[in-house]
Amino acid sequence: MNWEVVIGLEVHLQLATESKIFSGAATRFGAEPNTQACAVDLAMPGMLPVLNEQAVRYAVMFGLGIGAEIGLRSVFDRKNYFYPDLPKGYQISQFQEPIVGRGHFDIQLEDGSVRRIGITRAHLEEDAGKSLHEDFHNQTGIDLNRAGTPLLEIVSEPDLRSAEEAVAYLKTLHSLVTSLGISDGNMAEGSMRCDINLSLRPAGSETLGTRAEIKNVNSFRFVEKAIHHEIERQADILEAGGQVVQETRLYDAERDETRSMRSKEVANDYRYFPEPDLLPVVIEQSWVDSIRASLPELPAAKRERFIADYGLSAYDATVLAAERPLADFYEAVVKHCGDAKIAANWVQVELLGQLNRSDLTLNESPVDAQALAALLQRILDGSISGKIGKQVFEAMWAGEGDADSIIEARGLRQVSDSGALEAMVSEVIRANPEQVAQYLAADENRRKKLSGFFVGQIMKLSKGQANPQMVNDLLNQQLADAGGHGDT
Amino acid sequence: MVVNRMTVHQDDIEKLAELARLRIAPEAVAEVTDRIATILGLVDQLQSVDTAAVEPMANPLDAVQRLRSDAVTEDNRREAFQAIAPAVENGLYLVPKVID
Repeated sequence: MNWEVVIGLEVHLQLATESKIFSGAATRFGAEPNTQACAVDLAMPGMLPVLNEQAVRYAVMFGLGIGAEIGLRSVFDRKNYFYPDLPKGYQISQFQEPIVGRGHFDIQLEDGSVRRIGITRAHLEEDAGKSLHEDFHNQTGIDLNRAGTPLLEIVSEPDLRSAEEAVAYLKTLHSLVTSLGISDGNMAEGSMRCDINLSLRPAGSETLGTRAEIKNVNSFRFVEKAIHHEIERQADILEAGGQVVQETRLYDAERDETRSMRSKEVANDYRYFPEPDLLPVVIEQSWVDSIRASLPELPAAKRERFIADYGLSAYDATVLAAERPLADFYEAVVKHCGDAKIAANWVQVELLGQLNRSDLTLNESPVDAQALAALLQRILDGSISGKIGKQVFEAMWAGEGDADSIIEARGLRQVSDSGALEAMVSEVIRANPEQVAQYLAADENRRKKLSGFFVGQIMKLSKGQANPQMVNDLLNQQLADAGGHGDT
Repeated sequence: MVVNRMTVHQDDIEKLAELARLRIAPEAVAEVTDRIATILGLVDQLQSVDTAAVEPMANPLDAVQRLRSDAVTEDNRREAFQAIAPAVENGLYLVPKVID
């Protein structure tokens, strides 16, 4: 049978605050265990939560970024369950009245088509600690540094129809939240964790099938793999005449499979009730308006501007506008070299290529925007060719200095002296009488091909430093002269 | 006034006790069930009031939440906290093995 896949995603986004959502403990990643867990995070008796203003601001920024209604009054609730990395025995979350209501954003698929994906809601909550199950003489070790870290849980409508759409959704979301600056979006450090709700239904059916939830998938690639696996698993069950059980499953990246989480048999009854330790959160419309006025340019708007102002293709604009650090880098290169197209090309091909090969992030790039722009200026003013430029770029990457000093030290300046070039052209023509004869006898099309041979020889003779445009002109001239002898 | 006694069964009580990690002796379950049923009877009585025009109350205080500015104000006091913990190792709190 032909199945339609229905996917909704819940993303837990870690907000980039300095301190926790309800306490003044630090949120820095990678600290020694339990050194950032204060009395509130440990649920010591008598401790009371006090809400972090920045967490609320970030939630509002997200809501404005997806065109959502902002809950001017929102309420925190207790979600009750027992697990040792949750010392209070409940998680403070928002249930009935979340801070961000219905919104949406557009995702772009590889074929260029655009789909609008609905967001049901987004709410603030606290993260739990971490349980370490290995190596403690049959005991579990608990690190509560993460307990109380602010999370924004973003719930999508079941609008996604494939793994590709789910990944596009996550990438767009990542681009949005990092552009807003509300999260570092570092998936490897767990700043963006994803639960996948997936069900199948016969193509054309309007009713939803029974779904399974896959918990805690934390990379784009794993999301894609987990979805493919789950589709196959459910299709096998349904095609054998069975029924999908509504349950929570875990994705095991090592074995590349999903499996049932048995521990939560009696769970899923969280007995929510309003958190008596926190009053309702009421925010003023004027505060929301002032946040709206200070929002940075969002990726979708930036992309349009790159197309309009820089004449970039839709593809180039999408790549360069997606993440703010890259977009800022690109714009700095444009500003300093003055040519948007060569900048787009070099940033995407050479810079991103080298970063990728060296396994570095943009922040760690040994070549900054100004240094790259200085190199591009030398290509633009004809001092070096693009090909030599790549050599210079590699030397800059290796820390050999700036573009000008490398060009100088290695003697790479393009030969644009017409006397010297003319001599080289003559030398190549003299050395290849056979090819010259072929050229003269050939038609227009074949001549183009043959002239490539001469250009190649001349470039070789000049060690790649001949100005290609001048070589072409001089070559055409001398070949025309060579052919002219017979006529005159 | 008619009070609709909400039905509550012994197995409801057993499930709730498990969720709340409360140990109720088997011979006490019947009595606890009875007592909770009485309390729920009172809730039923309250629910007969027409509240259609009343907004649900999240908190009895007529006040709204104050927000704190995002600053780290708590130092590391791990040593003091772990001095009163039953078992610690390598900076971690140890608890009975949790099977996932």
